[in-house]
Amino acid sequence: MTSIQHHLTDALLMGYATGTLPEAFSLIVATHISLCDECRAWMGAYDALGGAVMTDTDGARMTDDSLATTLEMIARGDAGPTPKPHSGGIFPTPLQDYVGGDLDAVKWRWMGGGVSQALLKTDGGPTVRLLRIPGGTAVPDHGHRGTELTLVLQGAFRDETSRFGLGDVEVANQDMSHRPVAEDGPDCICLAATDAPLKFNAIMPRLAQPFLGI
Amino acid sequence: MLHMSTHVQTQTDSIAPRHRLRLQGSADRMHIAGKIGLVTSPPIPDRKAWTNEMAAIRDDRDQQAFAALFAHFAPRIKGFLMRSGAHPDLAEECAQEVMATLWHKAHLFDPAKASVATWIFSIARNRMIDKIRKQRRPEPQELPWGPDAEPDQADALAMAQDTERLGQALAALPEKQRRLIERAYFGDLSHSEIAAETGLPLGTIKSRIRLALDRLRHAMN
Repeated sequence: MTSIQHHLTDALLMGYATGTLPEAFSLIVATHISLCDECRAWMGAYDALGGAVMTDTDGARMTDDSLATTLEMIARGDAGPTPKPHSGGIFPTPLQDYVGGDLDAVKWRWMGGGVSQALLKTDGGPTVRLLRIPGGTAVPDHGHRGTELTLVLQGAFRDETSRFGLGDVEVANQDMSHRPVAEDGPDCICLAATDAPLKFNAIMPRLAQPFLGI
Repeated sequence: MLHMSTHVQTQTDSIAPRHRLRLQGSADRMHIAGKIGLVTSPPIPDRKAWTNEMAAIRDDRDQQAFAALFAHFAPRIKGFLMRSGAHPDLAEECAQEVMATLWHKAHLFDPAKASVATWIFSIARNRMIDKIRKQRRPEPQELPWGPDAEPDQADALAMAQDTERLGQALAALPEKQRRLIERAYFGDLSHSEIAAETGLPLGTIKSRIRLALDRLRHAMN
C-alpha cells in the first residue's frame, strides 16, 4: 500500500465523484483506488462535497404517495447485489468484473514487438485495454492526441519521466511523447485507457494501428 | 481558514428526543412549502447527522426513522437529479429507489468513513449513472474487513463535524465559485473543466478517512 508513488490527479478524483468521467477512465480510477488507501480517502472527501451540494440543493416535491410506494418497494425486498469480497488473484474486483476473471482469463492478442493486448468492452468513447509487456521490452515510441492513463498491475516500467510499479498511475497528455520500457523480470501487466488514438512515431506501428484498435 | 473556525456543535445520541421534535417541524414546513411546488431549503441550514435514524433502521427496521430520513432526503435527491437533467418522473422514481436501497443496505453504512448525506449522495449518483445515463459504473473493491467492523464512535462524531464544516465552507464560498462546484456535481462540466483548487477543507476529511483506514488495516494484521 505504501509503495505507490504516482497517484490519481484531483481532476480525475473529482470527475469520478461527480460521475462525469468516461467509463474507461472510471475503470482505471476504481482499480487504482482498490490498491491505494490515499486515493480512496480522497474519493471519500470528494463524495462528501457531493453530499454537501446535494444537501443544499432546492428540494423537489415528491408525489403524495411516494413514501408508501417506497415502503411497498422495500417490502418486495429487492436488495440488489451485495458487494463481493476479493476472491484472490492479481486483479482488483472492478477489473475482474470487466475481464470475467483474473489474469488467466484474459484473451490476449498479439500487437507486435512481443507486446500483447486485450481490449475491454466499455460504453463507446475512450477505450481501455490490458497490456502485457515482457520484461526488458519497449512499447513503441508514441505521443498522445488526448489523455492516456496507465495503471501498473504487475511488474514495472520506466520511461523518460519516472519508474512506475504496482499500483502507480501514469497520466500522459498531449505534450508528452514517451517510450515506456518494461523492467527486467516478470511480464509488466498494465491497464491503459485513452480518449484519442495514440500517435506512433515509427511507420510500422502506425500502419498496424487500424487493425489493433489503438 | 474556515476549518479552523469555532467549534461546531453537532447533534449526538444524547439529545435524540429533540430530533423527533425538529423532524416534526421540518416535515410540516416541507409539507406547506410542497403545496407551492418547489421545496426550498430551510432558512437555517439543517445539517443534523441522521446517524440515529440510520442505526434505528439497521437494528430495528424502524419505519418512523425511515419516514424522517425520507422527508429530509428524498426531495433533495429528486431535486439533485432534476438539476442533473433527469425528467421529474424519472427523478422521482430514482429518489424512491435510492431510499429503498438505503433501507436494504443500512448495515453497510459506516459513519466513521462517511456522513449519511455523503453516503446517500454516492448511492444517488450511481443510480443516476446506471438508470439515467445508462452507463456502467466501476466501483472500487470492498475493503477486506467488510462492513461488520464496529465503527469507532469518536471517529463517527469527528467525521460528522468535519462534514458539517465542509457544508459551512461551501455555503461561505463566493457565489461564482460555489456555482462552479454545483455545476460540476450536476454534471454540467466535463472532468477537464473542473477547477480542482476549491479552497474547501477537503484535506481534513481525506486525512480523517485515511487515519480510519490505517487503523483498520493495522487491526487486521
